[in-house]
Parts: sequence; structure tokens; C-alpha cells
Amino acid sequence: MTQLALVIDLNVCVGCHACVTSCKQWNTSGWAGPLPDQNPYEADPSGTFFNRVQTFEIGKFPNTETLHFPKSCLHCEEPPCVPVCPTGASYKREDNGVVLVDYDKCIGCKYCSWACPYGVREFDEKNKVMKKCTLCIDRITDMTLPEAERKPACVLSCPTNARLYGDVHDPDSEVSVAIRERGGYQLQPEWGTQPANHYLPRRKVRIHIHEDELVRSDNPLVKEDLAALPEDVDTLDDVAW
Amino acid sequence: MHPAFSVIFLTTLIGVGQGLFLALYTGQVYSLAKLLPAQDSSAFYGVGSLLALILLGGGLFASFFHLGHPERAWRAIAKWKTSWLSREVIILPAFMFMVFLYGVIHYMGWTQTWFVIQGALPVDASLIVGLLGSLLAFALFICTAMIYAGVKFLQEWHSPLTVANYTLLGIASGFMLAAAFSAWTGVDLVAFFGTWAVIFTLVGLATRGASLIRNAHLKHKITTQTAIGVRHNTIEQKAQGFMGGSFNTREFFHGASATTFKAVKYLFLVLVFPLPIALIAAAYFTESATLPLVAFAIQYLGLLLERWYFFAEATHPQNLYYRSMA
Repeated sequence: MTQLALVIDLNVCVGCHACVTSCKQWNTSGWAGPLPDQNPYEADPSGTFFNRVQTFEIGKFPNTETLHFPKSCLHCEEPPCVPVCPTGASYKREDNGVVLVDYDKCIGCKYCSWACPYGVREFDEKNKVMKKCTLCIDRITDMTLPEAERKPACVLSCPTNARLYGDVHDPDSEVSVAIRERGGYQLQPEWGTQPANHYLPRRKVRIHIHEDELVRSDNPLVKEDLAALPEDVDTLDDVAW
Repeated sequence: MHPAFSVIFLTTLIGVGQGLFLALYTGQVYSLAKLLPAQDSSAFYGVGSLLALILLGGGLFASFFHLGHPERAWRAIAKWKTSWLSREVIILPAFMFMVFLYGVIHYMGWTQTWFVIQGALPVDASLIVGLLGSLLAFALFICTAMIYAGVKFLQEWHSPLTVANYTLLGIASGFMLAAAFSAWTGVDLVAFFGTWAVIFTLVGLATRGASLIRNAHLKHKITTQTAIGVRHNTIEQKAQGFMGGSFNTREFFHGASATTFKAVKYLFLVLVFPLPIALIAAAYFTESATLPLVAFAIQYLGLLLERWYFFAEATHPQNLYYRSMA
């Protein structure tokens, strides 16, 4: 079975919100749209988004680190939002595992949003139905598009390539390899929701050099008691051959 | 969670309606066993059922304000296999129909005995319909409560105590209303219904108190650490992705001050439990016709606060992602 998902590399996400705006641009005018806003240019603006980028500060000043954290529907393999829906408007696609809402069946009771621990469903206050990330279903399944463009808008727009997209059930896919080899993890694993989306942790590259490795204890010059050579004397090393 | 008034009125009104129906049927069964004097079929059971039906209808009406698309509400019967909400949507009208039928049977006086079981129990249409209605009333309590108790992410709700509270407080307020109705119409059942109302109120106090204590000591499963997957003791949110509000900041926070929140708790503890008990006891001694009515009104007001607190108390794990506005 196919389970399409995103793998988000927190190590390279710079928090530019390009995924947020490209998501909104594509989806407000596409199959899943519109995504209306309330008071967009006035006080107290609000609106429906499928994707948000949040920022966390880790540690205490001055030892702090900034983490930009993109957050959208994780397309759980055991989606808790689906069985609670009384109308069947919320469903998980059999063929590719994408969790979707049928807006024509949604009664706007918001129960699914209560049953999502990640808070990724957002109610559309204008159309009075629940909305959520579709993984750009109208794009990834559109066979008229060239294959390179059959990806979610957020993935295509990410300038640092922090968002990988693919089938997490295929062990050789780019996303599966990334999860396996780069420490991919799930959010709130305690619940057993099995989120399909994974996150790659921030990594620090540190070189661990011990003093032994800088000063050779078995230096042959020391062994032969030749270390104390006068400095202005040419050695063999100083001669260009 | 944000307490929605539609749901507060829905759950409290149908709770009273279910309780009142159960009280009426209990009265009928008791009088059948000659433990209570038989009541006038149309005046007492007929009008009583109408009252229950009005309350249930009021609850149903309130529920529509919760929906974004009330005209599609009929679709909610589809997923009864998995959704408690769907089950509630099926059972509420079914129960209302039974209450309607029960009321009509009594009002029209169609209470001729059909057959007698073991020469002692005369069975008529109202007894059977009432039994079916009672079963549906209990099923409805379970469905309503399980909508909340079934969501494991809201740990304050995810407990059998939630089902006990909805059931007991609904029945208590229903019996209180039955006592008030009896007092108002001059029926000699005030002491009977009042005693049961006090018993259910006290048992309700035990379970509601237990859930308050449980929630006060609740340890939440999820922390910011596992929410974003970073192992550090100090994590502070600097931006939640927008500068105004969103659905996430409105739906999952009650928005009241800590003082209000606490005040509501103590207020409902007084209004739902000791005050109505004291008033109904006073009514017993003074034989007042209006005091039971006051007792019910105060308990219902308290239940509105109780339900508000029930919603406000629950902390959703998604709130971990919305801890600071920036």
C-alpha cells in the first residue's frame, strides 16, 4: 500500500514561510479552496491555512538555538480524526493514504478538530466546513502535469529543500531513506496515531579531537632525542627537491 | 477547550429531559407496584411527557447552532459504527419519538391492559413504550458522554467518570424537575421525586467531585518536547505562525481569567449540589409549591456553569503549539 507523506528537515528549514504562502496560493484557487481570510488587512487578522511555520527557542540565553517548525496535517496511518466524523466527510484515501475532507458532506461540527492532537485542522469560518492539508491532492494525482511537478506546492517552493515528498511505505524511496538514515521521527508518538509525516532533527557537526591526536606521543624526533634542534638550521624538510 | 453555548444548552437540556422522562416512568412503575398512588394519566404523565419533549426539543434546537451546516445534519447518521456523535444523532430523535408516544398514550388514555404477567403485572402500551424509552434515555446519556469521554487526547474527559457525571447529573436534574412539576400541579409525589433527586444529586456530587480531584492531579501525556521532538528542558515558543488569531487559538482556549475559571468551579459546586438539596428539603417541611421550582431552576443554572467548566477545564495537546502570540 502506498502512503504518501512529507519529511521535513528541521536542519535546513530557515523559517521563510515560502511553503505557507505557496500552499495558500495553490489551494485557495484549487480543488481544496477557497481558503478565506477575515480582516486580512485590518486589526485582528485571521484566516484558514493548511500549513504554518512556527518558531521555538531552545535553551536559555546565551546558549539558545532557534528552531523553525513547519506544521501541517501529518496524514496519520491511524487517523483519529476520521472515525469520529459522524457523516463520513473525513476520510483516508485507500490508494495513497492521504487524509481528506469532503466539503459537501461536512456539517461543520468541528468534532474532528477535537480528535486531532496536532491541531492541524482549521475551520473555514466563511464556508462553515472543516479544512485541512490535502497534500495538494489535485496536483500530485494530475497526470497531465510533468512528473517533476506532481508534488505538493510547499515541496516545490521550499528554497532550502527542507521538504521531501514521497511514499513512506516504499523502503527505497527518498523519504524512507531519509527517515532511516537521518533519524526521522514522528510527533507525539505516545498516542499511537502513526503520523506518516516525519521530521528530521537538527544536527550539529562537531569534530571531536583529543589532545593526543594533536601532539604525537610517539613522535620519532622525540624518540631519537632530536627535538631540540636549533631553529635556524635547515632540515631535510626545508629543502625543496 | 472553548465552551460553546450551543453544546452547553444541548447537553444540559436533554439531560433534564431524559431525567424527567425516567422520573415519570419510575413513578408509573412504582404506582404499578402499589408503592405510590396512581396518577391521572393525561394530566400528569401526558403533560409531563410534553414538558420532557419541550426540553429535548430545546436541546436539539440548540445543537443546530453548533453546526456550520445545520441543513446537512441528517448526514450525521451515516457513521454510527465508529462515531459516538453519529450514535447520539440517531438516538436523540428515536428517544424523542418514544417520549412523544408515551405522552400520547397517556394523554389519550390508551392504557387498557393488554395482558397480565403471572397474574400480577398488568402490561399496557405505556409500560412497554416507557421501558423502550428508558433504555433509549440511558443509551443517549452514554452516547452524549462518550462523545467527550471517547476523545483520548482530552485526558480530562477520557474517563468513565465523564459518563457517570452526565448520567447522574441529568437524572438528578430530571427528578428535581419532576418534584417541581408535582409540587406545581399539586400532585402528591414531591417527596418521592425529591428524595430521589437528592440521592442522585449526592451520588453525582461523589462522581463529579472524583473527576475534579482526578483532573487536579492529572499528568498530561504530551509535553512540548514530544510535540516538536526536541529534547531540551527549556523550550519557548517565539512565533506561532501568525500575528492575529486563528481557529486554533479560538476553539481550544476558554479565554477566561484564572479568577473567573476558579469562581465558576466553586459557584457550580454550590448551585448544583448543596443549595438545591437544602431548598427541596425546606420544601418538604413547608409543603411549598414554588420552592421545588426554585430548587430546580438553581440546579439547572448550576449545571450550565458545570458544563461550562467541564469544557473549559479540558486542555488540548494542540495548545502546546499555540503558547505565545507573536
